[in-house]
Amino acid sequence: MDKNLEPVVKDLQSKFGATCEEFRGEAQCLVKAENVVPALTFLRDDCGFELLSSQSAIDYYPQTSPRFHVVYQLTSISKNLSVQLRVPVADGQTIPTATGVYKLCMWRERELMDMFGINFDGHPDPRRILMPEGTEGHPLRRDFPLGYEEPQFTFNFDEIQLPKPHPKE
Amino acid sequence: MREQIEEIPVGQFRHLVSERALNGETMLLNMGPQHPSTHGVLRLLLELDGETVINCIPDIGYLHTGVEKNMEAKTYQKAEVMTDRLDYMNPIGNNLAYVMAVEKLVDLDVPPRAQALRVILTELQRISSHLVLIGTWGLDLGAMSMFLYCFRERELLLNIFELVSGQRMMTTYFRPGGVWRDAPVEFEAAVRDFIKIFPRRIDEYERLLTKNPLFVDRMVDIGYLSKEAALSYGVTGPNLRASGVNWDLRKARPYMGYEQYDFDVPVATEGDTYARYIVRIEEFRQSLRIIEQALDKLPMGPVHSDNRKFVPPPRAEIGVSMEALIHHFKLWTEGFRAPDASVYSAVESPRGELGVLMAGDGSGKPRRVHMRTPSFDNISAISEMVKGHLVADLVAILASIDIVLGDIDR
Amino acid sequence: MGVEQKLGNMGVVTVTLENAVNWSRTNAMWPMLFGLACCAIEMMAAQASDFDMSRFGMELMRASPRQSDLMIVAGRVSKKMGPVLRRLYDQMPEPKWVIAMGDCASCGGVFNNYAIHQGVDEVVPVDVYVAGCPPRPEALIHGILTLYEKVNAMKFVEKNK
Repeated sequence: MDKNLEPVVKDLQSKFGATCEEFRGEAQCLVKAENVVPALTFLRDDCGFELLSSQSAIDYYPQTSPRFHVVYQLTSISKNLSVQLRVPVADGQTIPTATGVYKLCMWRERELMDMFGINFDGHPDPRRILMPEGTEGHPLRRDFPLGYEEPQFTFNFDEIQLPKPHPKE
Repeated sequence: MREQIEEIPVGQFRHLVSERALNGETMLLNMGPQHPSTHGVLRLLLELDGETVINCIPDIGYLHTGVEKNMEAKTYQKAEVMTDRLDYMNPIGNNLAYVMAVEKLVDLDVPPRAQALRVILTELQRISSHLVLIGTWGLDLGAMSMFLYCFRERELLLNIFELVSGQRMMTTYFRPGGVWRDAPVEFEAAVRDFIKIFPRRIDEYERLLTKNPLFVDRMVDIGYLSKEAALSYGVTGPNLRASGVNWDLRKARPYMGYEQYDFDVPVATEGDTYARYIVRIEEFRQSLRIIEQALDKLPMGPVHSDNRKFVPPPRAEIGVSMEALIHHFKLWTEGFRAPDASVYSAVESPRGELGVLMAGDGSGKPRRVHMRTPSFDNISAISEMVKGHLVADLVAILASIDIVLGDIDR
Repeated sequence: MGVEQKLGNMGVVTVTLENAVNWSRTNAMWPMLFGLACCAIEMMAAQASDFDMSRFGMELMRASPRQSDLMIVAGRVSKKMGPVLRRLYDQMPEPKWVIAMGDCASCGGVFNNYAIHQGVDEVVPVDVYVAGCPPRPEALIHGILTLYEKVNAMKFVEKNK
């Protein structure tokens, strides 16, 4: 871990009860869902993390609670540091939106709602973003089927060709 | 009047448009998904007062490919072919971001020659990506000849990629632990030729565009994006640098030996469309500087790591060594195992910070690969940039953000 | 010594109406500017200086479906894009043709998943498939010339049935 990052991590631990791990030189701090907005505000205003590089989620499927980790990857341009906040979220649990802190969350949270079905409390525009309206399910969940279609060869040509929804001229 | 407006499918956008749109005072106009200047299948819902844009609501997802889901069903090596097709102007850069994440996850070293080759090819790809941008930008603003010139030079670059990897665009030349094979002997001469030709061509472009009043008038003071807004929206790359933030991952967090090369990061402070153009033209020159230095310093030696757990053995060894055969078989049937942890690694793509969040689950396939694609966050700031401008300016602004729809929708 | 030769000497050529119409269709075929993904860049390259598709009567790319008679589906078609594509196709005037450019448009390519139509032939009828990921501009031009052969062999009765 970077030496300049250590005070930031200590603050996160003392103020927000974060538990921090290190892997390949990256600091990954787990915070509770209710602490995430104060923690992000603190990081932005007091520690100089101006840029939220990425917001994403990881699905640890067979394990159900907490099933998801929402990952906030923060970058400080002035100090050249980065830190990762992780929020464990169970299926069906809502977490507060961070759109008030970083506007990047406007779209990234919509993406998470669309792809994982993680609900953000207070998001101003909770529509699907990538999938068409009316899609069922959330594609990036581990239990969502891939939708794999058998490739067509000569031996199974008809089998696949006939049920295909072929259009008319 | 009110009933008429109801017929426009405003339903799901109701909370995003102003009250005047619901009264029928302003007009809702649909731009895209099939429109010549949206650079792909982007749909913009515009709220217009006469010619002036009041609100711009982008609607994306028309090219949603399910790349991230598909990667979870493939081994680490096989998932790499997906990354080429994300940001199709910058396939080599995507490969770099992906293989760097894999290398970080499994802790794999890359020999110096492979690193230098990676740098050369990524920078060539950066030039090629900016060429397509400047060409189509000219096309959008009525400078058709720019498009023809830029694509002429792009062919030179594609010939180099083809020489190295056998493919023009989707090379998948970088592999975890190195590159696919050593560059052929003609490679250096081809790149040197290009370096010799290209500076004159940049001057040509500049003569055509940089002071051309038709071009400049449509770009100066159009689409202003402040530094604070850019950072808040997560705008990165040349767009951020045009707003006055000196942030380039190649300089700030050097990877692949970028620290050995001497180059500048072009920064402009105006934050308008013209500044974004100037920054990109200057990046041409800086990329050429990097390529030249990397070619001069290009070390000899192996081009992939000799860690047989992750890198397949050379073809010649398979016939004589039982162990090599086993490694080869294992690698291409099961792949290699990565630890149950996650890493985030980012590179500077022509569009900004291209980050990969990769989580392994102890098996041969990733649990999750998230591509933090720069265009996604760059385009989300468009509503900030276009407010109060004319519809015709929207075309210039859209071109200046340099979006690639494959990059946005994944 | 048929009538053709005599008239030929006078600067008049006699052909069947079918041939004349098909010839004019092939030599002024206006493709629709319809770039979806990676293949669109190669389609642009085919239009640009090095390959110059206008040698085959195709220098005009029309952005409006109403003015075009060839749709080159250049790229993957997602489930969200499918209805849009069909609508554009329906807006094109007859006669119209479709080229599926690249593996994704032909059969789904590497993307065998929930989001992508496994071949654009699920949405619109396709005349020519061009393989490659992405196909080289030469391959696209070959595909277009193959389409010309098809158009040249067209009979009025069949088409207007």
